[in-house]
Amino acid sequence: MAQKIEQDIGRFREIIRGRIKKELRKFITSSEMIGKKGKELVSIPIPRIDIPRFVYGDKQQGGVGQGEGEEGSPLARGEGEEGGSQQAGNMPGQHLLEVEISFDELAEILGEELELPKIEPKGQEEIVAKKTKYTSVGLSGPESLKHFKRTYRQALRRQIMSGAYDPKNPLIVPIREDRRYRMWKDEPKPEAKAVIIYMMDVSGSMGNEQKEIVRLEAFWIDTWLKSQYKNVDTRFIIHDAVAREVDRETFFHTRESGGTIISSAYKLALKLIEDKYNPAMWNIYPFHFSDGDNWSGNDTDECIKLLKEDLIPASNVFCYGQVESEYGSGQFMKDLEENFKEEEKVITSKIANKDAIVGSIKDFLGKGK
Amino acid sequence: MNLTPDLQKLKDEIEGYARECGLDFFPVVFEVLDWKELNEVASYGGFPNRYPHWRFGMEYEQLSKSYAWGLSKIYEMVINNDPCYAYLLYANGIVDQKLVMAHVYAHCDFFKNNIYFAHTNRKMMDEMGNHRTKITGYVNRYGQDVVEDFIDACLSIDSLIDHHAAAIRRTRVRGDEPSVEEIKIVQRLKGGRPYLDKYLNPDDFLEEQAKKLEEERKRERNFPESPERDVMGFLIAHAQLEKWQRDILSILREESYYFIPQAQTKIMNEGWAVFFHSLIMTRRALKDSELIDYADHHSGTVSPYPGRLNPYKLGVELFKNIEERWDKGRFGKEYDECENMVEKARWDKNLGLGRKKIFEVRKLYNDITFIDEFLTPEFCRDQKLFTFAYNQSSDMYEIASREFQKIKQQLLFQLTNFGYPIISVVDGNYKNRGELLLKHYHEGVDLKEDYAKETLTSLCKVWGRPANIETIVEGVPKILSFDGEEHKELRP
Repeated sequence: MAQKIEQDIGRFREIIRGRIKKELRKFITSSEMIGKKGKELVSIPIPRIDIPRFVYGDKQQGGVGQGEGEEGSPLARGEGEEGGSQQAGNMPGQHLLEVEISFDELAEILGEELELPKIEPKGQEEIVAKKTKYTSVGLSGPESLKHFKRTYRQALRRQIMSGAYDPKNPLIVPIREDRRYRMWKDEPKPEAKAVIIYMMDVSGSMGNEQKEIVRLEAFWIDTWLKSQYKNVDTRFIIHDAVAREVDRETFFHTRESGGTIISSAYKLALKLIEDKYNPAMWNIYPFHFSDGDNWSGNDTDECIKLLKEDLIPASNVFCYGQVESEYGSGQFMKDLEENFKEEEKVITSKIANKDAIVGSIKDFLGKGK
Repeated sequence: MNLTPDLQKLKDEIEGYARECGLDFFPVVFEVLDWKELNEVASYGGFPNRYPHWRFGMEYEQLSKSYAWGLSKIYEMVINNDPCYAYLLYANGIVDQKLVMAHVYAHCDFFKNNIYFAHTNRKMMDEMGNHRTKITGYVNRYGQDVVEDFIDACLSIDSLIDHHAAAIRRTRVRGDEPSVEEIKIVQRLKGGRPYLDKYLNPDDFLEEQAKKLEEERKRERNFPESPERDVMGFLIAHAQLEKWQRDILSILREESYYFIPQAQTKIMNEGWAVFFHSLIMTRRALKDSELIDYADHHSGTVSPYPGRLNPYKLGVELFKNIEERWDKGRFGKEYDECENMVEKARWDKNLGLGRKKIFEVRKLYNDITFIDEFLTPEFCRDQKLFTFAYNQSSDMYEIASREFQKIKQQLLFQLTNFGYPIISVVDGNYKNRGELLLKHYHEGVDLKEDYAKETLTSLCKVWGRPANIETIVEGVPKILSFDGEEHKELRP
């Protein structure tokens, strides 16, 4: 039987991930099956691509069912809809069950599209891990690694070829030349050390919605990077008119107000780097989120100076995300772009609303930067 | 993998029982597959040899995930072909294998004898292989993306075929138009003498002739002559396509037609198979120790899904009902007109015609005629059938009615055209600009608009010129139109 479904699966996955045939993406429906893992219910995401056809609209249709109930009594949700008991409906959000998202799936998909840009092996503390992998089969080796199946097969092959094989008395005797051994290879795995410094503007001009967006974006970046890189340090700085370092928890939950002096955050970040993260040893990634409203032009000049002279040379990449807000002028992003037009290390991204978060993460961490 | 000796023995045994029951089938080739292979074959619609396409991968992902999480399992799969191919899951227990075999023989009997399958290609296994070879060839020659895009466009319109065309051979001249047009004028009857003319050709006669001619001309101008349900066929004959595109369109149309009878007889076919697997198992094949397992799996097959119809259940119950009615003589004028309910409930004329009748039914009916003829008010009541509808105010589906007529009507509506809207080509030269015009025969339910628009995009791609469809949106007649660049809505 022809085994070729893998091709079709590969093709399908590539479409789902938007690598090819982008025009099909709008037909992707995210359905799910509800499975059980121990006592917990888990959602198994089943992306499907609906080929558009002339079909009836959804709700006007109705149907025929079977079972108890008076006229007018409602069917349970999900009943009367497409699919069966084994197959969930294809409309998102119609289940009442609490479900988890499969993080593996998410990470797998994200992982294909995202990475830390310009990450380099750095520092004396760099650990070179060795990984042993059995990759091939060879003619010599210790007896403990003998590959019995291959040895036997080789012997069988030789005996058949030489005519020594007798089907009535199928006796296979491997000789020395038949022996096969597993071979391994050491694969060095350089591990890079990296620190990510998140900075967030928590001043009054940032509304709740804007802060929410920043938190969401930072949360996802953080979660993803943590899952991907072992030696990643993260530091969190919040600032209004003054900056202070906080822990992760506080960073994601603070609500403050006040003026905005961006340079305060950059100064604090620099101090952190000086104290602990020698740029020769560490990959440094500052992320700064703000609505782009700085207190004064003077401070912006100071920021540019700090960036130009200290922060950017020390960093691999400097990422600036600007959230749109009613009050913010968004001037800071323009200033940055003007001053760092030629600088590849500066990545800026505008985040208009929650839907733009994914795109913005890709701006920062997308491949090919 | 071929059958193991044990399974081979089982097969011979079950085949014997099947013949005893009067089933008549093509030879059956069983293959034993592990779950990966089975899912793979199932993704390909039962044919291991399909052309490459992403949707098979999609099906596979769903099936294998569903299997891996223990949510569903494919027990049985059987292909309408001569010989019939059927697949067994390697990991199944003996009871399951028996049940599946019995089930399969009944399906094969149905394929062979039901009249709606009479025109299907019984060498489809080979044909599918040919399709694969051809399409793979095109992929190699024109590139995967190009070919796949075209296949996607064709799939989007593969429901636009004439579902009865398989059984009715309709001839159509392939794109041949008379090259020299003969201009016809009203012919006067010749009398030879001028003074007779006004008696031979009175004015109203001439007028009538002129009218007839006019109509004839109009008919000729219509293209197609009458609305054509087989849109795919129309496109093959008249669309501006490359040779390979025409070939792919034909291939997909052929496959669509091949699968139609199975959709047309889903309820009957499954009902038939369940009827006979339970007959064979309970009367013959089952050992005492296997009873519980059998009962478990059988009840799983026919359990009504909550609030929905299970075709296995509906089918087998109807067959049983028919058998009982014809055994007891509960049909015909006398029975229908009897108004004494007690007498009716006790009615039994010991005719014993039941078995004969169901064999006749399996030969001559499809789901629609089956339901239309044999669904009775008593049956609906016993089976607790109901219709449901969507209630806008509560955002829920609710039980709408338990009235017999409504249930029947709803069932028939669902089955008509397999739940697809009825659509024909009415004009291949719309606006006299070579545009395509389809017409949706509105039966009270609107088209899903976003899908309709995208389907128009596909149509436009295949037709090569703008595509339009006449339909009704929320009570207002409209023509949805796509000209290759933008979607428009026009008033007809």
